[in-house]
Amino acid sequence: MMKYWARITRSNYRNIKEKSIEVFFSAISITALLILIGIFVFLFITGIQAFSETSPAEFFLGNDWNPSAYTTPRYGTLGLVTGTLMVTLGSLIIAIPLGIMSAVYLSEIASPKVREIVKPVIEMIASIPSVVLGLIGILFLSPLIAGIFGLSSGLNAFTSSIIVGIMVLPTIISISEDVLTSLPQEFREASLALGATRWQMIKMTLLPAALSGIIASIMLGLGRAVGETMAVLMVAGNSRAMPRSFFDPIRPMTANIAIEIKEVVKGSLHYEALFAIGLVLFVMTFLVNFISDIIIERQVGRFKW
Amino acid sequence: MVNDHLKQEIYFMSFRLATFLSVAILLLILVYVFKEGVGVIDMKFLTSMWSHRDITSGGIFPAIMGTVFLALGVSIISIPTGICTAIYLNEYAKDTLLTRIIKLAVRNLAGVPSVVYGLFGLSLFVVFLKLGTSLFAASLTLGCMTLPWIITTSEEALKAVPVSFREGSYALGATKWQTIKAVVLPHSLGGILTGSILGISRAMGETAPIIMVGATFFMGYLPNSPFDKFMALPYHLFILATQHSSPHAREYALGTALVLITLVFILNSGVFAIRYTLRRKKEW
Amino acid sequence: MVKLEKNNVKVEFRGVNFCYNEEQILFNVDFKVPSNRITALIGPSGCGKSTLIRCINRMNEVIPMSRMDGQVLYNKENIYDKHVDVVELRRRIGMVFQKPNPFPMSIFDNVAYGLRLQNVKDKSMIRETVKESLVKADLWVEVKDRLDLSAFRLSGGQQQRLCIARALAVNPDVILLDEPCSALDPIATARIESLLKKLKKEETIVIVTHNMHQARRISDYTCYLFGGKIIEYSETEEIFNNPQNKLTKDYISGEFG
Repeated sequence: MMKYWARITRSNYRNIKEKSIEVFFSAISITALLILIGIFVFLFITGIQAFSETSPAEFFLGNDWNPSAYTTPRYGTLGLVTGTLMVTLGSLIIAIPLGIMSAVYLSEIASPKVREIVKPVIEMIASIPSVVLGLIGILFLSPLIAGIFGLSSGLNAFTSSIIVGIMVLPTIISISEDVLTSLPQEFREASLALGATRWQMIKMTLLPAALSGIIASIMLGLGRAVGETMAVLMVAGNSRAMPRSFFDPIRPMTANIAIEIKEVVKGSLHYEALFAIGLVLFVMTFLVNFISDIIIERQVGRFKW
Repeated sequence: MVNDHLKQEIYFMSFRLATFLSVAILLLILVYVFKEGVGVIDMKFLTSMWSHRDITSGGIFPAIMGTVFLALGVSIISIPTGICTAIYLNEYAKDTLLTRIIKLAVRNLAGVPSVVYGLFGLSLFVVFLKLGTSLFAASLTLGCMTLPWIITTSEEALKAVPVSFREGSYALGATKWQTIKAVVLPHSLGGILTGSILGISRAMGETAPIIMVGATFFMGYLPNSPFDKFMALPYHLFILATQHSSPHAREYALGTALVLITLVFILNSGVFAIRYTLRRKKEW
Repeated sequence: MVKLEKNNVKVEFRGVNFCYNEEQILFNVDFKVPSNRITALIGPSGCGKSTLIRCINRMNEVIPMSRMDGQVLYNKENIYDKHVDVVELRRRIGMVFQKPNPFPMSIFDNVAYGLRLQNVKDKSMIRETVKESLVKADLWVEVKDRLDLSAFRLSGGQQQRLCIARALAVNPDVILLDEPCSALDPIATARIESLLKKLKKEETIVIVTHNMHQARRISDYTCYLFGGKIIEYSETEEIFNNPQNKLTKDYISGEFG
C-alpha cells in the first residue's frame, strides 16, 4: 500500500513539473506577439495624433515636408514616399537579374567546390553593416558616379539604388537558391531524359516550378529595400524636394525619420508626424511580408506528394 | 542542336559572370576599406579615449567597448528568450490559433525595418518606461529586433533533430522535458549557437535604432552602468563620415569601419568554425 | 484463433480502432499477447502492424491528429485509463525501432540513459546495470574496452543491439520490436534473432516483421494483419503449415506482397 501511494505522488509531482515547464515556455513565447502588437500600438497612439493638426490629405498627398518652417510648417510626405519607391525600384532592378542568375548558377551549374566557397561569401555580403556600405557609397561610389555622368554630386537616387541593390542581393540569391535546390531531382531527370539541354531544363522546367519561391525572395528583398535606413541616409543626398529623375537627390521615409528624430521636441506635432511616417512604413512592410508569406506557403505545399 | 548548345554556353557564361560580379563586389568593398582604413589603425587608435577636437590625438576605444557591451546586452536579452520561444513552438505547441498567430508574428517581426524598431524603443523604453537614452534601452530595442532571427534559426536547428531520437527517448519512459534536455538540445546546440551569433553580429552593425535610443557621438568615459549612454562603432563612423569637419575624418571613418567589419567577421568565422566541426562530427 | 490461459495473457486488445488524419488504420482489433513468448506480427506494408505495436506503449500519442478508441490491457489494466501514467508505462514496456536510433552520446551513456531518467544516482549500480544489459544484448565483448566511444561509431547491427541493451537496462516486462532487422545484413540479423530467443525466458516479446522467414524462425505465435484487420492468429507452426484463411495462404505462399 505504501509503495502504491509513493508512486502516485511521484507521478503527480512529475506531471506538475512537466506542466509548469510547458507553461513557462509558452509564456515566454508570447513575447514575440507582444512586441509586434507593441510596435503597432506605440506607433499608432503617437502617430495618429499628428492628424489632429494636419489633414490626412496633406500628409499623404502633399509633397512639401517642412516641419520647421517659421510661418506654416508643412507635413506632406509624398516626396519622401516617392524617394522610398525610387530606391526600392532602382535597387530591385539591379538585384533581381543578378540575384536570380547567381542563384541558378549556384544551384544548377557550379561545381560543389565553387558552391562551397561562393555561398559563404554571399552570406558575408549580408553581414556587412549598412553603415559601412553607406560609407563606401559616400567615399568611393558617388564620386565615381558623378564623374561618369558629369554631375555636381553623386549623392542621389541612382547611387543609393546601387548600394541598396547590393544589400538586397544576398536575400534574393540565398532564398532563390534554396527554392531551386529543393526541387525534386525527378524534375531534372525527366527533363534531361526527354533530350533537353541543361539550359532548356532550367528554363522550361525548373524556373517555372520555382517561380513563386523566387517571387517570394524578391518580395523579401523589397521589404529590406523599403526599410533600409543608414545607407540611404548617407548616400541619397537628403533633399526634401520632389525628385524629378534618378539623378536627383532624394530623402526616403526611413532616412527622414533617422535624421529628424534626434532634433525634435518629444510630443510636438513634428514628433508625432515622424511616428506617423513610421506607422506607414510598418504597414507597408507588414503587407509585403504577409504577401510573401502566403506565396512561400504555397510554394512549400506544391511539391509535397 | 549546335544552336542549342551554343545558347546554353552563352547563358551559362552570363550566369557565371553574374555570380562572380556579386563576389567581386564583396572583395572590392573589403579591399577598399582595408586599404584606406588600415593606415590609422595602431595601438593608440584602438585603446585610447576619443578626443573630439583633434581626432588624431585619441582613439575609438569607447566606441569598441560600447559595441561590445551592446552585443552582450542584446545577447542576454534575446538569446534565452529566442531559444525558449523556439522550444515552445517546435516541441510543445499544438496547432492552435494562438500558436499560428505567434508564428505569424515572428515572421512579420523579421521584416520590420530597423528604424521602426527605433521608434518603438524610443516610445516604449526611453519615454514610457523612463529608461532614458541608455545602454539598457538600446539593448532592449535591439533585443526585440534580433529576437525573430534567433527564434527562426533555433527552430530550424530543433527541426533538424531526427524524430527517431525523440521516439527512442520517449520509449524509454522519458518525459518531454527530459527528452528535450538530454537529447534534443545537445544535438541542436550547434545550430542554435550559430544562428544566435549571426543575429548578434548583425545587431552590432545596426545604427538607426541606437541613434534614437542611446548612442552618443562623444563621451569621455566608458559607460558606468546600463543606464549610461554609450558610444558605438557604427554610429561613430556615421558621424565621422557625414558630420565631422576634421580633414582626417575620412580616414578615421574608414579605420572605424575596418574595426567594425573585423569584429563582425570574427563572429562570423566563429560560426563557420562551428559549422565545420559539426559537419565533421556528423560523419563519425 | 489462439486459446490462452487467462493468467498467461500479458497484453490484450479489446475492440481497438485507430484513426490517423481521418483515415482509419486499425479496425476493431481483438488480440492477446502471451507472456514469455515471442509473438510476431506479419503482413504487407501499410497493413497497420506498426500502428498496432505502438498502441502497446502509447507511442502513437506522439503523432498529432491521431485518435483511438477501445481498450488495451496490460496486466489486466487498461493502459488508456485516465489515471495511467504513460511515463511509468513506457518504463515497463521497452521498444526497439526499425532504424537503429542510438542517441548522440557514448555507448555507456546510451545504456545508462533510462536509469538516469529514473534518477538512479548510484554510480556503481549504474555501471553494473550497463554491463549486465550489454551482456544480455550480446554486445559486451565487442565494446567493453571502448564504452566511451560515440555510439555512432558502431556498425548497424551493433547499434541495434545497443538499442536493445538500452531498452533492457530499465528492466522492462515487455519488449516491442518494430522491424528491428530491416536495415541489417543477414549475419547481424541472425545474431539478433538468437538473442531474442534467449531473452524470451525473462521477457514478453512482440516483433513486427515483413520477413516471413524471420517470423517462422523465431516466433511462437504469429498474427497476420491485412488492411487494418487481424486475418489470422495462431501458433507459428500452425499458421505456416496449415493456414485457415485464403488471404493468409496467399501471403505466405508468396502470391502477395
